[in-house]
Amino acid sequence: MLRFAPVLTVILMVGPVLAGLLGTLLPAFGYLPALGGGEWSLSAWRELAAQPGLEISLRLSAVSGLLATLISFAVVMLFCAAWQGTRVFGAIQRVLSPILSIPHAAAAFGLAFLIAPSGWIVRLVAPLAGWQQPPDIVTLQDGWGLALVAGLVIKEIPFLFLMTLGALQQANAGQSQQVALSLGYGRVAGWLKTVLPRIYPQIRLPLFAVLAYSASVVDVAMILGPTTPSPLAVRILHWLSDPDLSMRFMASAASLLQLMLVAGLIALWMAGEKIAGFCGLYWAEGGGRYRRDGAVRLTVAVVSILAAGLILAGIAALAVWSIAGFWRYPDLLPGQFTVKLWLRELPALAGALINSVLIGGAAIMIGIILVIACLEREARQSARPGRGVMWLIYLPLLMPQISFMFGLQVFFGYLGLERSFISVVLAHLVFVLPYMFLSLADPYRSLDDRYRHTGLCLGAGPDRVFWQVVLPLLARPVLAALAVGFAVSIGQYLPTLLIGAGRFATITTDAVALAAGNDRRMIGIYGLLQALLPFAGFAVAMLVPAIVFRQRRGMRDGL
Amino acid sequence: MAKTVTRLMAATLLVAGVSLASFAAQADPAPDMKNWDAVVKQANGQTVYWYAWGGEPRINDYIAWAGKQVQERYGVSVKQVKLADTADAVSKVVSEKAAGKTDGGAVDMIWINGENFAAMKRNDLLFGPWVEQTPNFKYVDVTGKPTTVNDFTVPTDGLEAPWGMAQLSFFYDTARVKTPPQSAQELLAWLQNHPGRFTYPQPPDYMGSSFLKQVLSELVADPAVLQKPADQADAQKVLAPLWTYLAKLQPVLWREGKAYPANGAALRAMMADNEIDTGFSFSAAEVSAAIANFELPDTVRSFVFKGGTLGNTNFVAIPFNASAKAGAVVLADFLMSPHAQLRKQNPEIWGSFTVLDMDKIPATDRKAFDALDLGVATLSPAEMGNVLPEPHPSWMELVESEWQKRYGVAK
Repeated sequence: MLRFAPVLTVILMVGPVLAGLLGTLLPAFGYLPALGGGEWSLSAWRELAAQPGLEISLRLSAVSGLLATLISFAVVMLFCAAWQGTRVFGAIQRVLSPILSIPHAAAAFGLAFLIAPSGWIVRLVAPLAGWQQPPDIVTLQDGWGLALVAGLVIKEIPFLFLMTLGALQQANAGQSQQVALSLGYGRVAGWLKTVLPRIYPQIRLPLFAVLAYSASVVDVAMILGPTTPSPLAVRILHWLSDPDLSMRFMASAASLLQLMLVAGLIALWMAGEKIAGFCGLYWAEGGGRYRRDGAVRLTVAVVSILAAGLILAGIAALAVWSIAGFWRYPDLLPGQFTVKLWLRELPALAGALINSVLIGGAAIMIGIILVIACLEREARQSARPGRGVMWLIYLPLLMPQISFMFGLQVFFGYLGLERSFISVVLAHLVFVLPYMFLSLADPYRSLDDRYRHTGLCLGAGPDRVFWQVVLPLLARPVLAALAVGFAVSIGQYLPTLLIGAGRFATITTDAVALAAGNDRRMIGIYGLLQALLPFAGFAVAMLVPAIVFRQRRGMRDGL
Repeated sequence: MAKTVTRLMAATLLVAGVSLASFAAQADPAPDMKNWDAVVKQANGQTVYWYAWGGEPRINDYIAWAGKQVQERYGVSVKQVKLADTADAVSKVVSEKAAGKTDGGAVDMIWINGENFAAMKRNDLLFGPWVEQTPNFKYVDVTGKPTTVNDFTVPTDGLEAPWGMAQLSFFYDTARVKTPPQSAQELLAWLQNHPGRFTYPQPPDYMGSSFLKQVLSELVADPAVLQKPADQADAQKVLAPLWTYLAKLQPVLWREGKAYPANGAALRAMMADNEIDTGFSFSAAEVSAAIANFELPDTVRSFVFKGGTLGNTNFVAIPFNASAKAGAVVLADFLMSPHAQLRKQNPEIWGSFTVLDMDKIPATDRKAFDALDLGVATLSPAEMGNVLPEPHPSWMELVESEWQKRYGVAK
């Protein structure tokens, strides 16, 4: 039965995604009979090309995607290089992991309130500078998209960091580092020369996911990004929601353009890899020791702490807003506090919370079974699936979500599966499973085969070896994958609303609807609540192994 | 392991099969609008999924109240599907049409108006006509409030039921502004003296486009041309005064027009942040409610332009493939009742002006309407002044695309 797992996984993933893609492809070339489009044509593309500022939108998407990825990658790598194996490393690890549970939009709202010209940072200096009115300058929504890049970077650093941690564990990075140190290399250079080349292949896919996400993000871009014009993905959303339904043809063409952009960026990144690899080889062979790297180490620690600090301060701002009475500029804190809104919202929330937990729980249960079944089969066959299959699983991460929601709806409609619980779960699975695979695949594959062999030699069957040896050894990454999957599921807005046809109100569908009212108090309340569930998930993932394995020294966190 | 997987997959398929079976074939015959008693009978036991913008807790609460009333009176249960954007509801219906789902659709009712209505009507996505056959429609003020049957000049043809009146009104902070401007030209002059202290949401946001239409309606030489489709006039000439005006306004806008707020609600936060001194909204009661809700300082007051401001009506419509048409009709009828409209106009509940004619409704209801206290910052219907009619939707499309060309890409 195990041998069907990869096929089933691919069908569950690729069926919906290809259907979604088709639902975009056909209208882009003029075919959508429901709106009177029955003939093939290129008019949608011509219309798209005539949109004012299209090239600027493309440039914004490309530059902010590349820049956000590059910066978060550099920070995470340098930080690991500079501090791995130290106490600072452990401390930052504990701070960054929970940050993962904060939804992107909530983090962006928090950051926006910090850096706005009427925000917290300005309010700190306003009394000294005598600014009765906030300065009329552009900080948010700047034309270069720098605020957007900052918003993405602070959220992607924790994600990449967590992915890197997994890779470090299996690369025996600690030992390499000690060898490099004893050969007289500086910490940073030694790590970059000995550890980075070995862990890079394992964080490559997460990097692509970050790149694709950053280049096609909508919610963060709407809060922090420029609007004259907006990055492409935001404009697609506007076109898709234009009351003039004929705009949907052009929006479909634009979605394909967005997909091509992401593909192009990934290709560009791969070309960059080649060049970096080439130069890096010379650099490594040159034998430079770079022993005096104190400044670099300090800088990267400051940057990491700043990134974490910005998110935490933003969340603190949301928390204060959620209990704020009237709060005017330039007051540092609200004049009065009230829990009125919390009391009004909480009673209505039970249903939404239960829906979120049930949908997320079902999605990650199906997801973890499929992922483990695929990986277990791979391990027993000692064969990795072809690259093609791998890519298919990750397709949903590489495509902008909005571009295939329409096709996905039609697909589930054809199946007659709309607005049932199972359809919502399956739709979530499309986005949850790639992340679960991403976080579990490497730990699973790098599990020392000798454990398995020992078990088999002692006479246990493959199933018993799995339950009694493999699973306990992998308990930590399995729980982490569940937590990541849960967080992804909780954050889903469009699939829940559209595939569920509004039958399943979750904490996120309520949050996004209420955010349209633009009241920071409501955004604060719902942003915190949205972070709560994933946070609980991550906490469980960290606590359970610590408790279960408290008597087993070898099973404690190795890093 | 293998067994576990097998069992789980079997269970999954079973659940999928069951849900398939239960969601197929729920076709509900279209209600016979000539026989109201039959409609009410048919509605009993139905569940109406009402897709409505959910950005305002007060409004969500009102909808929940209306649902409870209809449940008690007619046995119809109402579930609000809270949207961030009405376009998502339109999307849903379009995708169902694309999948060939001509009955048993997901959406039973949509809170809608203007361009969305025009587009759904044009693409045959609506059920009806049904509105004029509902008992409470006779109270609607179709002569005094002509927008209750003409939505942005498009005849409603009984495809959507009027629900509430909206009129553009401005607000300003009395602590910062002595005398508010009384017209678009005065606004420009005031802004030139106070650069950066006013802005409008970025078109094609509904509120942003409405501001542009307000200016256009004030400046146009012959307002009558705006009531007809744009292709029946020399559009360039008609729009010229608007572009001349904007050429002067843009450089003195907040952030010099390089950035814009995303929507009308964002203007309130900008008032509290002291980023702007004056803003506008489509709900006269919004300001009083926002003060009570700590969103605005209690020194904020409303005002309208002397020459009048844009007014329109918002509606509820039923998609062509709705599953619970009778239930939706009954709900819509209840929403038009004096009882429901009175509660809606109460500023402590919502504060949205009624679509009803005070001379047509029963005397006791009229008295109750007269007795409403509208709140400190709310103008009474009389103070709201002249209502300017909404231009034909084609003008809005034209203005939006031309605006995008001129100002959508910052220089």
